[in-house]
Amino acid sequence: MSQQEKTKKDYLGMFIRSRFLSVLLTSITPLILVSVIILFQFYTSYHEKVRAHLETLVNKHKLNIDTFLHERLGNIRFLAENHSIGELSNQALLDRQLTLLQEEYNSVFVDLGVINENGIQVAYAGPFKLRKADYSEADWLKRALESQYFISDVFLGLRGLPHFIISVKVKWNGQPWILRATIDFMAFNDLVENIRIGETGFAFIVNRSGEFQTKPLYNIEPKETPYIDFLKNKGINDIQVVTKSNSFLRKNLYVSTSLKQGDWLLIFQQNASDAFSDFYEALQITLVIILLGSVATFMMAFIRFKNMTINVEKAEKEKQLMNEQIIQTGKLASVGELAAGIAHEINNPVAIMVEEAGWMEDLLEEEERSQIKNLDEFVRALKQIRTQGHRCKEITQKLLSFARKTDSRIQDVQINDVMEEVVAISSQRAKYSNVTLNMDLHDIPTVKISQTEMQQVFLNLINNALDAMEKKGGVLDISSQVEDGHIVLTFADNGPGIPRANLGRIFDPFFTTKPVGKGTGLGLAICYGIIKTLGGEISVQSTVDVGTTFYVKIPIDVNEK
Amino acid sequence: MTDTPSKADRIKLLFVDDERAYVDVLSNRFAKRNIEVTKAYSGSDGIQALRNHDFDVAILDLKMEDMDGIEVLKIFKKMYPRMEVIMLTGHGSEKAAREGIQFGAFDYLTKPCELEELLQKIHEAVKQRRRS
Repeated sequence: MSQQEKTKKDYLGMFIRSRFLSVLLTSITPLILVSVIILFQFYTSYHEKVRAHLETLVNKHKLNIDTFLHERLGNIRFLAENHSIGELSNQALLDRQLTLLQEEYNSVFVDLGVINENGIQVAYAGPFKLRKADYSEADWLKRALESQYFISDVFLGLRGLPHFIISVKVKWNGQPWILRATIDFMAFNDLVENIRIGETGFAFIVNRSGEFQTKPLYNIEPKETPYIDFLKNKGINDIQVVTKSNSFLRKNLYVSTSLKQGDWLLIFQQNASDAFSDFYEALQITLVIILLGSVATFMMAFIRFKNMTINVEKAEKEKQLMNEQIIQTGKLASVGELAAGIAHEINNPVAIMVEEAGWMEDLLEEEERSQIKNLDEFVRALKQIRTQGHRCKEITQKLLSFARKTDSRIQDVQINDVMEEVVAISSQRAKYSNVTLNMDLHDIPTVKISQTEMQQVFLNLINNALDAMEKKGGVLDISSQVEDGHIVLTFADNGPGIPRANLGRIFDPFFTTKPVGKGTGLGLAICYGIIKTLGGEISVQSTVDVGTTFYVKIPIDVNEK
Repeated sequence: MTDTPSKADRIKLLFVDDERAYVDVLSNRFAKRNIEVTKAYSGSDGIQALRNHDFDVAILDLKMEDMDGIEVLKIFKKMYPRMEVIMLTGHGSEKAAREGIQFGAFDYLTKPCELEELLQKIHEAVKQRRRS
């Protein structure tokens, strides 16, 4: 490959590569952009939706819990308003009231008790032995006495089990009495524990001091953010939604709202990936689509540009070949014109020479032969002049046929027949050169060509082979067959072969390796011209000391160019 | 040449070619072979010669400087249709020669040609003329 071709190829490669990258970029960039925009839109709206949904949910549960507490308080108030402390101090009545409440509300109510102003539980209905229990030091009682109604935080108390108290302050005999009921922690806990969303969503209640009022599903440290921020926020009706990353991959969503007039906080928390699972799914799908789209685009572009490269290279090669052909044809044409001119100019003088020699022969016949000193030499020389004159004629005729001025009527020609004729003509010479001619002719269709042209081609190829094997003898195998819509003829000899340096030039006009005066160097150029004109191909393969094979391909459907 | 053919048997031939040397040498050779040759070194000379004499056969070069052989042939055939014309061509174009046959030429030969071949054609032409 020459430096110029290499530079051209490099440039081509660079051009195709840059086109490839730009196509890749222009295809994948919109894909990614559109995907990201859609994803962002989806993320925003989906986020809003999830937050709104969680807010609604938490609000609903806040109402539920508040209603629950309110109703339980209502139960106790009802009891306090319909019965005097005296009546309620009656064990049987208290037991009965507890049974009634438990029947109505399952096991929500654990016990009932009546506590006098000294903090002593004067009456008690329930599973524990808490009659006469002294609550005077209990923190909850102090606070219960401060207001009309009171709901305590969860605490262990005397019984050692988590519970909370709902109490109503009643004035009886001028003294403040307390009617209290214990709410089962488990029953209350269920209310909150039932708030489960997705796989990680759960809720719990803390008081303002960060003490749990229900049991959270997982370990929570209420003194940490964001819980501490919720605890500090005193707004009663606010719903706060916060997203916070706990660690590199774990991101949580927190929703908090106040309960029990702001005493408690209902906190819902869920892992963001769980809360936004649909979004993350969409994100994954989008990423997969982008990836697949990119891969597909890459593959398509790669294949397309690979093909393009191949096609461009092919076109380039074809162009080169075409150029070579044009040069070759041009050479042939100009040589043809020249040849026709030369042939014409030479034929006249040659004709005169030949005739003058003939005239001298005529005159010699009139002479007294014995008186001519060198008669035999004269006769030989005159004969030689005539012989050489006819050789000139042969050369000029070859030149003229090369210029395609000879008869070339197009007709249906059976190439096998032509071959047999030519081989018959050459057989005598072959015998003389000690060459065996083998023919392996298969059935082939007739072709619309000029018979004389075919004769010329075959005669040239056979003569060349015979010339090559003249010294040592050999074998010339000639075959014909049909291959891919072409008639393929081979002329394979086992002569000395053609040196590599000459192979590229053998179809050039006037190129000959034969001794001066023996070859015109036009034979193969004529063959080349004839076969190319038929739209066929002529090629050669040769190995020195092994032999030479000529291949002639003629399209069955000949379209003369 | 031992026998002397009778004058009546001599073929009268008109040789039209602008290659003087060719006409001269061939005329000599024809004369030795009992053919009476009238030489014309151009187309117009040939036409002039035909005005004054009759010929059995004419040999006519296809390419001459003053006139095209085909044109001369046409005139010959018009003037003296019974005379057979053998075309000679120097440039080997059989196409032009065949065109000559279309215009009534007897046959054609390419230069340089064997004298025997030319003589044979001349005799054939004469035979043809005498038959018609």
